[in-house]
Amino acid sequence: MPDEPLIRFDWIVDNIGEIGRRLGEHLVMTVIAVLVGFVISFALALLIRRYHALAGPVLGVSGVLYTVPSLALFALVLPFTGLSLLSAEIALVSYTVLILVRNLLTGLDSVPPDVTEAAVGMGFTPSQRLWRIELPIALPVIVAGLRIATVTTIGLVTVTSLIGQGGLGYLIVTIGINQFFPTPIYVGAILSVALAIGADIGLLRVQHALTPWARARASSG
Amino acid sequence: MEFVDSVAAWLLDPAHWAGPDGIPTRIGEHLLLSVGPLLAAVVVALPLGLYIGHTGRGAFLAVNLSNIGRALPSLGILGIFLPITAGLGLGFGVPPTVIALFALAIPPIVTNTFTGIREVDPELIEAGRGMGMRERELLAKVELPLAMPIVLAGLRTSAVQVVATATLGAVLGTGGLGRYIIDGIKQQDDPRLFVGAVIVALLAIATELAFAALQRAAVSPGIRASGRSAPALAVDARPPI
Amino acid sequence: MARSNSPERRLYHAGVNGASGAVVAFERVTKRYPGGSDQAAVNDLTFTIPAGQICVLVGPSGSGKTTTMKMVNRLIEPTSGRVTIDGTDVMSLPAVELRRKIGYVIQQVGLFPHLTVAENVAVVPRLLRWKEQRTRDRVDELLDLVGLDPATYRARYPAELSGGERQRVGVVRAMAADPAVMLMDEPFGAVDPIRRDRLQNEFLRLQAKVRKTIVFVTHDVDEAIKMADRIAILQKGGILAQYDTPDAILAKPASEFVERFVGADRGLKRLSLGRVQDLPLIEAVLVHAGEPRAEARKRLEQQGATRYALLVDDRRRPLGWIDHRELEGDGIVDPSVATPGAPTLERESTLRDALSALLTSSVQLGAVVDERDAVIGLISVDGIGEVLRAPVAAEPAS
Repeated sequence: MPDEPLIRFDWIVDNIGEIGRRLGEHLVMTVIAVLVGFVISFALALLIRRYHALAGPVLGVSGVLYTVPSLALFALVLPFTGLSLLSAEIALVSYTVLILVRNLLTGLDSVPPDVTEAAVGMGFTPSQRLWRIELPIALPVIVAGLRIATVTTIGLVTVTSLIGQGGLGYLIVTIGINQFFPTPIYVGAILSVALAIGADIGLLRVQHALTPWARARASSG
Repeated sequence: MEFVDSVAAWLLDPAHWAGPDGIPTRIGEHLLLSVGPLLAAVVVALPLGLYIGHTGRGAFLAVNLSNIGRALPSLGILGIFLPITAGLGLGFGVPPTVIALFALAIPPIVTNTFTGIREVDPELIEAGRGMGMRERELLAKVELPLAMPIVLAGLRTSAVQVVATATLGAVLGTGGLGRYIIDGIKQQDDPRLFVGAVIVALLAIATELAFAALQRAAVSPGIRASGRSAPALAVDARPPI
Repeated sequence: MARSNSPERRLYHAGVNGASGAVVAFERVTKRYPGGSDQAAVNDLTFTIPAGQICVLVGPSGSGKTTTMKMVNRLIEPTSGRVTIDGTDVMSLPAVELRRKIGYVIQQVGLFPHLTVAENVAVVPRLLRWKEQRTRDRVDELLDLVGLDPATYRARYPAELSGGERQRVGVVRAMAADPAVMLMDEPFGAVDPIRRDRLQNEFLRLQAKVRKTIVFVTHDVDEAIKMADRIAILQKGGILAQYDTPDAILAKPASEFVERFVGADRGLKRLSLGRVQDLPLIEAVLVHAGEPRAEARKRLEQQGATRYALLVDDRRRPLGWIDHRELEGDGIVDPSVATPGAPTLERESTLRDALSALLTSSVQLGAVVDERDAVIGLISVDGIGEVLRAPVAAEPAS
């Protein structure tokens, strides 16, 4: 690497197609992980609300999983499902589930008790209460959790390049580090940061659009 | 099951317990790789967090450092330092890794220390000043002990993160437990990569538990009694990538 | 003392259409909690609330008043005994269906923060699958009823409302599907006393029109006396100490507990039974800023009843009192010489609140206003004194 300039712009221009393709892969892997993770977390959260005893085991197990280094988690899955997208997604989903289950529970708990009491007293069925009252009110917290989960997952997806997947990690490791070529390292790193920031801001916008009531403030008496 | 047998066989092979590629060696390398940057980060980040927390200057930085840090992928951070150290003639492997680990370890410590100090009841600080304590004494005798739970939570997050990311150092050519995983993938040696993964996972969990115990032990009994110790998830916990 | 069933009050209590509420009855209702102390939360309660009346459940904490109320809409189910509405046992209907037919108002209101005011009020009608247009009309009608201009308030969110506005929306939300029974648990407890007074008055005006059966819980004896047609005094252990009209309870407390609970100033409390509208109103001499003084002086002399003229704005809202001496000479009425008066009173304000307000006022006069805050007359301390001196006749407890 001596005498290699850090960033060679001509390489970027020449390989813009490849860069775009890897960015696309990265996005797809992220979206799958977050969506699947959300669905699973939603189911788990509802189960936990119904059967409180589940809280301990579920939160405990996911807490432990969270501590496991990502490369290790991918490697644990490898012998069973091979160097595949499935392996990557199993591990990625595990991480999002920890964040989102806790987050969903917190969000649903954030509904003020008087609101819940009023809803019960007015004659909502439990299911109506959940979908029409509690979830909409919990939305800001839930979206905040989705933002964290998405940004986290974007970072984790870079590691999947080590188990044969593409994404921006491919640029960083396979083309960059392994071939002693700095430019793709920086392109990959910068793009993944940009993607994370973009996703964060995008989700924030969505949250604002869905919850006009959260920003309402009393103007006068 | 065939797989279980092969893992067992791998573990029982004495060759895997000795020499430069042996389990003890790799564990040792991994720990060495982690401890250095962590200690260095504590030396830099703790005073920095204390200063920002106590004076309030640079609060914006302290709060957002962790947010920015969260968006940066570890692999990216490792990769970024590689060409720099290579260009400086420091080579691959350990140098860029320890620099990157050092950089990664700083945000949780700064942010948590800052938050911990911030949450100390301002009335207590005023009382201390009223009693004639100097700023440094205030910090040492009042703010820091009270902020201990959150500070230690930050330390815990940082430690776990460093141990986890040290695994990735293998991509840059270091030793450590990540070596088993990377080599295992390359050589399609399933038992090797599985064992490596399990050991490093256990190491990370052990680190987490050790620091949790440290957190409990180091918090003054007075605070512990009030139930303030050991927040479940440290401020801005970052996944161990 | 103005009789609590004086012609005005009787008229006030008879709705335009007669009672539209249902009869709520408690038959030997008991609630015990498993594993709790031996004392029941509610113990062998038996009483009947006539249709269209307000029954206030009042008592110290631990007396089971809220528990009792919650047994009407099955948020709590009795251990033994029955609660019936128009003869039907509440346990015989599915809980959700029952609750949609009963209005429910709680202290913190519990407005749904993510819904607009209109959507909040429309909740139960929509649950009952009313036609959209009917719902919309109903929402506007109700908002208007409590003085919240629909055009302005329909699209607002609860976070944009003041405490008093929220309480009002909470009350009409409970009325939206026109239930025959309403449950109100300290509905006005979360606002300041002045606002509470106005909310109470507003509610009484409302009730005069709609005549629902109301079960109202409060810990405040004065509120009970003011609002109730019947009061049920509960003591610790959920035992009914007395169930009667406010007047009867004050005149003939059934036990030492009731006596103590009602308070040593029982005589003064009976003032709460009278309302400002029971008093003769003194005609107010209203002046506007910039009016020629000679004019004002002449009118004040003609009226002859008081030494003060009342400065009002262009909507007849009172701004302050002007001593007759300030009206001497030529020139115009100067608003800066006005003494700000005590809080204004409404027709439904109790005599007790009126007396309290007057005694703190420097001019010993009170301005009575209508729903739009426009002055309709004055009252004086003397006026209240006259009423106090009138002979007291016995009233049968019904």
